[in-house]
Amino acid sequence: MQGSTLNSPEIAVEATLSPAMITHDAHPDLRVWGLLTFLVSESLMFGGFFAAYLLIRGAAAAWPPEGTEVELLLPSINTVILVSSSFVIHLGDVAIKKNDVAGMRKWYGITALMGAIFLLGQVYEYMNLGYGLSTNVFANCFYLMTGFHGLHVFIGLLLILGVLWRSRRPGHYSDHKHTGIEMAEIYWHFVDIIWIVLFALVYILTLF
Amino acid sequence: MTQAQIPLETTSTIHVEHLPAHAPWKWYDYFTFNVDHKVIGIQYLVTSFIFYLIGGLMAVAMRTELATPNPDFIDPSLYNAFLTNHGTIMIFLWIVPAAIGGFGNYLIPLMIGARDMAFPKLNAIAFWLNPPAGALLLGSFFFGGAQSGWTSYPPLSEITANTAQSMWILAIIFVGSSSILGALNFIVTILLMRVPSLKWDQMPLFCWAILATSALALLSTPVLAAGLVLLLFDINFGTSFYKPDEGGNVIIYQHLFWFYSHPAVYLMILPVFGVMSEIIPVHARKPIFGYKAIAFSSLAICLVGLFVWVHHMFTSGTPPWMRLFFTISTLIVAVPTGVKIFSWVATLWGGKIRFTSAMLFAVGLLSMFVLGGLSGVTLGAVPFDVHVHDSYYIVAHFHYVLFGGSVFGIYAAIYHWFPKMTGRMMNETWGKVHFVMTFIGTNLTFLPMHTLGIQGMPRRVAMYDPQFTAINQLCTFGAFFLAASVIPFMINVIWSWSHGEKASDNPWNALTLEWTTASPPIVENWEVLPVVTHGPYAYGGNYVPETTDVTADVKG
Amino acid sequence: MKQIPASLLTLTAGILVTVISFWVGQNHGLMPEQASEQAALVDGLFNVMMMIATALFLVVEGAIVYFLVKYRRRAGDDTDGIPVDGNLPLEAFWTAIPSILVIGLGIYSVQIFQEMGGFDPSSHSMISHSHVSAVVAQAPATEAPMAGDMVPLLPAPDAAKPAFTPKYGFGANPDDPNGQADVVVNVTGMQYAWIFNYPDSGITTGELHVPVNQDVQVNLVAQDVIHSFWVPQFRLKQDALPGQQTGLRFKASKIGTYPIVCAELCGSYHGGMRSQVIVHSPEEYETWLTENQVAQQQTPNAVVAVNPANLTDTEFLTPYAKELDVKADALSHLHTKHTMMPAMVAD
Ligand code: HEA
Ligand code: HEA
Ligand code: CUA
Ligand SMILES: [Cu+2]
Repeated sequence: MQGSTLNSPEIAVEATLSPAMITHDAHPDLRVWGLLTFLVSESLMFGGFFAAYLLIRGAAAAWPPEGTEVELLLPSINTVILVSSSFVIHLGDVAIKKNDVAGMRKWYGITALMGAIFLLGQVYEYMNLGYGLSTNVFANCFYLMTGFHGLHVFIGLLLILGVLWRSRRPGHYSDHKHTGIEMAEIYWHFVDIIWIVLFALVYILTLF
Repeated sequence: MTQAQIPLETTSTIHVEHLPAHAPWKWYDYFTFNVDHKVIGIQYLVTSFIFYLIGGLMAVAMRTELATPNPDFIDPSLYNAFLTNHGTIMIFLWIVPAAIGGFGNYLIPLMIGARDMAFPKLNAIAFWLNPPAGALLLGSFFFGGAQSGWTSYPPLSEITANTAQSMWILAIIFVGSSSILGALNFIVTILLMRVPSLKWDQMPLFCWAILATSALALLSTPVLAAGLVLLLFDINFGTSFYKPDEGGNVIIYQHLFWFYSHPAVYLMILPVFGVMSEIIPVHARKPIFGYKAIAFSSLAICLVGLFVWVHHMFTSGTPPWMRLFFTISTLIVAVPTGVKIFSWVATLWGGKIRFTSAMLFAVGLLSMFVLGGLSGVTLGAVPFDVHVHDSYYIVAHFHYVLFGGSVFGIYAAIYHWFPKMTGRMMNETWGKVHFVMTFIGTNLTFLPMHTLGIQGMPRRVAMYDPQFTAINQLCTFGAFFLAASVIPFMINVIWSWSHGEKASDNPWNALTLEWTTASPPIVENWEVLPVVTHGPYAYGGNYVPETTDVTADVKG
Repeated sequence: MKQIPASLLTLTAGILVTVISFWVGQNHGLMPEQASEQAALVDGLFNVMMMIATALFLVVEGAIVYFLVKYRRRAGDDTDGIPVDGNLPLEAFWTAIPSILVIGLGIYSVQIFQEMGGFDPSSHSMISHSHVSAVVAQAPATEAPMAGDMVPLLPAPDAAKPAFTPKYGFGANPDDPNGQADVVVNVTGMQYAWIFNYPDSGITTGELHVPVNQDVQVNLVAQDVIHSFWVPQFRLKQDALPGQQTGLRFKASKIGTYPIVCAELCGSYHGGMRSQVIVHSPEEYETWLTENQVAQQQTPNAVVAVNPANLTDTEFLTPYAKELDVKADALSHLHTKHTMMPAMVAD
């Protein structure tokens, strides 16, 4: 008979008492898994934009068309900032695993700062490009994709600030209870990876 | 060989956490932001059924218009608005929310022995994205209604009824987000929240189907969202992604759209296939034939289904290699689907078939879907599709699979799980009347459309050649008949819900876990989580476990 | 019944299904008249699919009905059915048979596709015909009025440009020794009319005239939104896209008049966007050519389509809905009555 072996009480007890089952009113906390699944979906949304961009680019004679060239220096600095912030946020995660809340706060604070600088840099870049969203199809793609990504950075920033806000209360986070911290970190890495692809597509690829 | 029973062992001794009993939900709880998966399931079902009626009324208006060759009943632009919203509502606000949102939410936790979905709040949010989407679609009629078909190809969608079209886009983005949130919830729930004693190969096939469906929704919906965001920007913010004279390209939209919308047709049929695999064994009193084959074919359909989308674009800007690649991939989908069909037919073999209303709709589905699927295969072959693309042959194909498939499946599921959901039985006589009328009506409405299409009648027209009048009138008559068939069903549901015969916990003597709790199930589903001791379809003598005598009708 | 062995019954049923399927495959009578060489190819494929589908349909439905009757629950029987839950050889069998069938169908489709000229949509190379462009009025894109508020027009036709080479659609059959088309027609779809321009003779009309048994190449383009050029009797269809070049190649095989249907939703009067193709005998075709060439030279600008944006719905409907296809005289009637717009025909 199928499955009858699992009747043995030991196994059942073990499973019932798994840590995930005890927390959260007997509803297991699966938020990290949820976030990861969601990010798979999100990356396909960006995938859709990227595919559209590449198809439009493939049909264009000059890319980017004259008058809508991209700036390179500032975005490169921005890239360095965002990519290194991924390492910084990881230090925060390492700190909380050692139960070092102050350390976590420090690293997350720095990450937030770097994220804010990135966003400000992007706003500065937008203001100095000399063309707008509807100038031509390259500008359409450029603003839509970087803007959409910027929105994600902004949300990531809010998540980090949320973590910082909550960590004021002593004992809110600890070495074995820090799902929120972990989620903010995962999201931040995701935003970072998307940026690398975006940077390659919109900035690097336009050089060739 | 007596009937299989559920041998349930009480395990209260080993379960530490006993939840405080929660009072049953009151009627008004169903109108609130409730996080119980069962409440959400019913919210989905009722809302989507209302939209079915609305979409159906639009169809009836369209069919009335088509009773004569001239556009004399409604204005052609209104006709286009009706056809656009008929398609959109039926797909996004009826089949998808009913099959996935409704039955998925209601049944998945019950079938895997969980107390709720992984993310109950997210679940409620996902549901509550639907009513505003419906309101947007209906509200768009004040601005003329979106008129470019449920496919909304640019440039047409960019130059007609801009406000209404933007509302349409927002509505789809709402239901799309709902579907993504729902999908991630299902995936995490099924993968991580099964009761520990439930092994992979004991999971009901409906769960496999929802798992495959969710994976598909998760991967394809965001691509549609991307395509629609670009469309929205083109209409409202002066961009030109799809404007050919400004460097854009109209074909890109079609790729983004169908990359979602082909998988969307499997979103609409896979859960229903899951329902079939539940209902047929129970009412045929037989183990499902080929459990593994059916489970894997769901996954295979999901995988292959991601690579067939261009078969909707065979006559568009599609290079030869794509036309052939997608011909082959499309034809391949017939194989896993065939495996399912054959397995169900084989499940009937040697059974003790009970012709309950649920079973009638299930075998009705079986017989109608075969026809719709076979016409789909003919469409997969590019030389033939070139002839019938965008003709009534397509309309016939997809109503056979959508109405004869998805809608029949949803009806079957309602008859089957109504006792569990409401604690009352439905009236079988009216159920049979409903079935006979629906079966006749469907064939009367949609079978003649094959001829129309092959003979040269295009779809999405409010006016047509007089030579097609007779067949069109037949279809129109069928549509009225089909609309009438809904009436006995509605009466049956409303009457049974309030006055129906009280149902036992397990009126069909079924073996899956949802039947081990009370009808309707208590809040949190079970007082004590059940322990799985047998497969979900262990009907028949050899499978009755020796422990039958300890069988207790364990109530929650 | 009892005495007849099951194998014999199966055999009889098999033969019956085969016979019926073959018969249905040949005699379903669903297809409209065949009026092009391509139609015969498509119908051959469809007949085969019809045969396979009939066989599968009969077998599956037959099994369902038979099982439903045979294995129905008898009154008072509360037992379960036979506990069979699989049979590997059987499952392998019904996976293999459809696989073989679809692979066969796939190969056959590729074959037909090739014979229809699907592999090389741009195979037609035209001889220069720039002398005609003078006949077609040249209009800058921006001047053309448009339905709706967007003006997605093609760049103005440029006589100096190389010949129109469709990127998508059907081209020459690779077995055809000369890939050249005998007649080339540039077709423009617009809301809600088809405009046909013969670059070799400068004729522009609202109907398609072609000689029988000659290779005709139609080059399709759309002016505003997507349209789709469909001649059911030719079994051919191809979208006309704004901004991209598509085309169809066919050889009409039967003299007569057939409808040209717009198959892609293109607005309120999509259903009224009809025209016709008139397949002439070679002599008739020559006569038609010369007559029209003369007529066109006299009034080079008059051969135009009416832009529906300038019409009210009722005005628009008059010729379309009431008569249900654009008669030539209806079109010319409109021409004289309304604002003219030079035809935008890519050359
Ligand atoms: C529930 C929804 C649903 C389902 C399940 C399907 C199933 C299939 N569909 Fe359908 N389809 C639609 C909904 C659906 N479709 C809709 C809505 C449209 C129109 C969209 C629009 O333009 O508005 C459409 C349009 C559509 C087209 C585009 C036509 C066109 O516009 O030109 C094509 C082309 O290939 C196609 C093919 C198929 C195929 C091959 C299957 C297969 O999955 C079918 C497989 C099933 C079987 C084959 C039957 C059982 C199998 C056997 C008995 C085994 C043996 C069989 C063989 C060996 C052949 N469909
Ligand atoms: C699951 C999906 C689904 C369902 C169930 C249906 C159901 C029906 N459809 Fe639909 N249809 C589509 C999906 C669906 N359709 C899609 C996707 C399109 C393509 C759109 C496009 O081209 O963009 C389409 C297009 C379409 C067309 C083609 C239009 C055209 O191309 O010009 C037609 C024409 O006959 C049609 C008819 C019908 C009919 C008669 C029904 C019947 O089954 C409806 C039966 C009627 C009812 C269910 C109503 C019952 C209600 C009452 C009796 C009133 C009671 C009311 C109260 C008490 C308030 N449909
Ligand atoms: Cu042009 Cu429809
Ligand atoms: Cu499809």
